[in-house]
Amino acid sequence: MEEFIEVRNVYFRYDIGEGTDASDNSYALRGINLKINKGEFVAVVGHNGSGKSTLAKHFNSIFIPTTGDVFVSGMNTKDDDHLFDIRKTVGLVLQNPDNQIVAGIVEEDVAFGCENLGVPPDEIRTRVDNALKAVDMYEYRKHSPDKLSGGQKQRVAIAGIIAMEPECIVLDEPTAMLDPQGRDEVISTVLRLNKERGITIILITHYMEEAVLADRVVIVDSGTLLLDGTPREVFAQNELLKRHRLDVPQATELNHRLRGCGFDLPDCVLDEEECAEALKKILKK
Amino acid sequence: MGRDITLGQFMPGHSVIHRLDARSKILLLISYIVFIFIAGNYMSLLLITMASLLVVLSTRISFKMYLKSMRVILFVVLFTGILNIFYGSGEVLWEWWIIKITQGGINNAIFVTVRIATLVMISSVLTFTTSPSDLTDAIERLLKPLTVFHIKVHEIAMMMTIALRFIPVLLEETDKIMNAQKARGADMESGNVFKRVKALIPVLIPLFVSSFRRANDLAMAMECRCYNGGKGRTRMRILRFSGVDLFALIFSLVIFSGVILCNIYFSPLTR
Amino acid sequence: MAVLKAENIRLVYGAGTAFEKTALKDLSFEIEKGEFIGIIGHTGSGKSTLVQLLNGLLRPTYGKIYLNGKDIWHEPKKIREVRFKVGMVFQYPEYQLFEETVYKDISFGPVNMGLSEEEIDKRVREAAGFVGLKDELLTKSPFDLSGGEKRRAAIAGVIAMDPDVLILDEPTAGLDPLGRDALLSQISSYHSVRKNTVLLVSHSMEDIARIADRILVLSHGEKVMLDTAENVFSRGSELEELGLRVPQITRIMMLLRESGIPVNTNILTVEQAFNEIVNLSV
Repeated sequence: MEEFIEVRNVYFRYDIGEGTDASDNSYALRGINLKINKGEFVAVVGHNGSGKSTLAKHFNSIFIPTTGDVFVSGMNTKDDDHLFDIRKTVGLVLQNPDNQIVAGIVEEDVAFGCENLGVPPDEIRTRVDNALKAVDMYEYRKHSPDKLSGGQKQRVAIAGIIAMEPECIVLDEPTAMLDPQGRDEVISTVLRLNKERGITIILITHYMEEAVLADRVVIVDSGTLLLDGTPREVFAQNELLKRHRLDVPQATELNHRLRGCGFDLPDCVLDEEECAEALKKILKK
Repeated sequence: MGRDITLGQFMPGHSVIHRLDARSKILLLISYIVFIFIAGNYMSLLLITMASLLVVLSTRISFKMYLKSMRVILFVVLFTGILNIFYGSGEVLWEWWIIKITQGGINNAIFVTVRIATLVMISSVLTFTTSPSDLTDAIERLLKPLTVFHIKVHEIAMMMTIALRFIPVLLEETDKIMNAQKARGADMESGNVFKRVKALIPVLIPLFVSSFRRANDLAMAMECRCYNGGKGRTRMRILRFSGVDLFALIFSLVIFSGVILCNIYFSPLTR
Repeated sequence: MAVLKAENIRLVYGAGTAFEKTALKDLSFEIEKGEFIGIIGHTGSGKSTLVQLLNGLLRPTYGKIYLNGKDIWHEPKKIREVRFKVGMVFQYPEYQLFEETVYKDISFGPVNMGLSEEEIDKRVREAAGFVGLKDELLTKSPFDLSGGEKRRAAIAGVIAMDPDVLILDEPTAGLDPLGRDALLSQISSYHSVRKNTVLLVSHSMEDIARIADRILVLSHGEKVMLDTAENVFSRGSELEELGLRVPQITRIMMLLRESGIPVNTNILTVEQAFNEIVNLSV
């Protein structure tokens, strides 16, 4: 796999102005190193205030590292000349679906990014239609965003990014404000974009049930990387996660506790089907 | 409360008027307004009013909707109408103490009333048949020449777009905050003016804070989508003048010439 | 006597217009003093409408609501009294903060009630204590607090009115698991100390399963179930048909049950599941 995004020893501090406390605590990110390959689906998990959202905003030059570098397809995010190339390559979807829709009609909002990039009108039309179909919102193209549900609005926001034909989409807690149904809609859309279109996905979330769907889980705690691996590797570290007061899925937790009591169970299970299968084996003897 | 307010009374449809280019509609509306005031006698006023009614009917929107939009200013129309009766010259029809009603006064009253009513009606045609985004788009394109004078036309249009998008959002939010404060015993329905204004503080402050938060988010979202002002920007929708626009133009020119001819050939009105 | 009683309440939005929409259909129920009730339903099931009816922010089109045996709309002018007795915490309540200090904001409700200064002071400190806000935070501006602290300050503002019934609409929305757990345990300790009635609206069954005595399930404006948590969750497949999601742990038990293993399916927590499986295998 081709290396795509590289975060190299990044420290980041919000500019608090005069009299800033120089102690280590004032840094939101403290020495992050991370490489992301093309086509990967990476979930970034952590508490509120762990630095995960701050990290998300480094991938497309919204934030610039205080020290260290971030490279996107070889371009340094500090380099102003590449600003639009970087934002074209890496799209960012934010948490609040209401606040990122610019226009009063769905299709015009989706077109907004392409219009900014100076894409010719005919091509914008095709791109917008394709993007709306990709998130399953084509039939709503003439609607006003006010009348849509949270999940639908968030899919419109995703379509607005897709229309810019990015290689990577970063989603900063896209489901935090949604109901369970909206959450399902958004996550299945994201999974489909990753599997069918090969778009690299970086999903910032605090829902472990969403993280298990990724190829790779990165856990951020107090501005540093705590764990980085496949969901199975990461969630097998039950004790470490507990110590940092992080959740694991209930299925994983149950399996872990029973295994601790000497039951013959696998190292780690991720979802209810896997857990039930494993339990059936020991209970049906 | 808030949720009942519908902004921009756009009513989608497929009538000839709906199909007109928004730019034509704006320009024609302005010329109609000018000619409503140019009309100087009953014949020319009748002509422009009839033409306006024809336009209204061809939108295929129920006439009730137009009456509704007129109801809002009914008071103003009646008030100015009645006031005008007492001013004017010419033959005195009726006199009592210092009050004099003249032929000129009656003419004035009728003229003012018909003019305002026609004006509101024809303006409603624009807002009823044009989507808000078409409207801002057309304004941006029509004002484009003003960029020569360093007027930020694109920015103005973008502000209008964002305002139209967020007004319903903020109305809903106001509703929510009001309910939340009412649940804590805020009393917004009684007391004198001073008390009521003071009672609004718990609503206005959260509303301001949240507007700033939204503005911040929106700015970031726009940056993520490479927004860089109007420079090098293209548009998905291309506004194009078509046969319908040409037809509307010819129709209007005929009416306008008629108004001028009527003004010339029929005697001017006593005022 | 029931603290809250709803009798055939119906709410129609925009009655007589083209946009007429029935949000609640002939709902009846009784809630006893001191109960902890969970209300679940998908978006649009009418749960937010219901709670606004219960504290008099909306008036039912038909039917009556009784608080401590009295019709709340008996004297419409005194509806403010009802709102003091049925405290309502809205979704994302932190967006209603407005005062210069946290202390002043929490005291907004008590001041509106016309209480004495000593009483207000006592209530503000008590309420802040329930939600775990430290004393030094009370003098700060509410806008300088962290997201979780803001939420708790807003909840304290309602608790400070010392309502007979406390209603919380999605109090944990948008919080991370740590914040969610902390807030839920604060609410449940408030309930056990004050012995007040608490109504918690949520679409997270995990949250509700943990603390509610009884659960009211709404769907399309109608009452589908009102029963103990165990009984409601034992009807897991019915809940799923309503578009509601049962906790993952309950689903594991349902899967085991389907394959013929005799486990109980009214399991709500990992702890219970653990015990159930250990018991089954010895």
